[in-house]
Amino acid sequence: MTSAEATQEQGLRSEWGGGQSPFAVGWPKLMMWLFLVQDTLTFAGLLTAYGFVRIAAGRWPVQEEIFNLYLVGFMSFVLICSSATMAVAVAASRVGDRPRALRYILYTVLGGLVFLGCQVYEWSHFIHEGARLFSNPWGVPLFSATFFIITGFHGAHVTAGVIYLLVTAVRHQRREIQPESVEIAGLYWHFVDLVWVFIFVLLYLL
Amino acid sequence: MSEGEGGRPHGGYRVYWVVWFWLLVITVLELGVVLVHVPRALLAIMLVVLALMKAWLIIAYFMHLKYERLSFIYAVIAPLFLGVILFFALVPDALDGLRLR
Repeated sequence: MTSAEATQEQGLRSEWGGGQSPFAVGWPKLMMWLFLVQDTLTFAGLLTAYGFVRIAAGRWPVQEEIFNLYLVGFMSFVLICSSATMAVAVAASRVGDRPRALRYILYTVLGGLVFLGCQVYEWSHFIHEGARLFSNPWGVPLFSATFFIITGFHGAHVTAGVIYLLVTAVRHQRREIQPESVEIAGLYWHFVDLVWVFIFVLLYLL
Repeated sequence: MSEGEGGRPHGGYRVYWVVWFWLLVITVLELGVVLVHVPRALLAIMLVVLALMKAWLIIAYFMHLKYERLSFIYAVIAPLFLGVILFFALVPDALDGLRLR
């Protein structure tokens, strides 16, 4: 064994041998990342099921005729903006700028609420046109099932995120939590945006 | 970009607004390729590539993964290939289902 290899092995052993933090992140942040990884796989499962159903169905309604792409584009815009304001809030909290952190968390919450409002409108419009979980007027029964289940799962995540952010804002303002907790809440919110990137493309555009 | 404490980007909030801008540009491009009606397979490839670009911007800059240790990046990215494997494992069955119709 050359001395370079020996040094490298020693380095690995000291890093992974226990008593260290080999990832160099705190455990709350690590746990949130692990949760997000498994939640990604939940959505991967849902989207794969959607792909399966759509390929096996052979035909699929023309989404452009059913969905309002301008509304969906606006929803994407709102979610991207809210993700950017959350990133600013996390950075502000890290440098100790509490008023700015609070303001930007509240902007993020506002974005989440606007997004949910659009989704309520979209769902009620869809239901009004005759779409049900397992039936719809467009010929492929599972079309509305995939729509309701996938956007419903995502909408539930947005709702949970709005509550999470409100609690985080209050607790951060009362100095009950550290900036790291704001960052962790931010990770969750960016994940919600991330999932929408794929829902937007696969469900509405493709 | 200068890097501050703990390898984090330093120098204010500018990087987030730059990322925000590019995310919006890519979103407009996505809507654009749908509206110009390119062939279906090409459309699918373009949309997936654009979505992956957006995903990378969000993960790297908003979620700061770019500034984490390499071991951590591997640990959270590696499991995601399970999702890709799942999709490609099920596509043949879906095509069988289509053929049986």
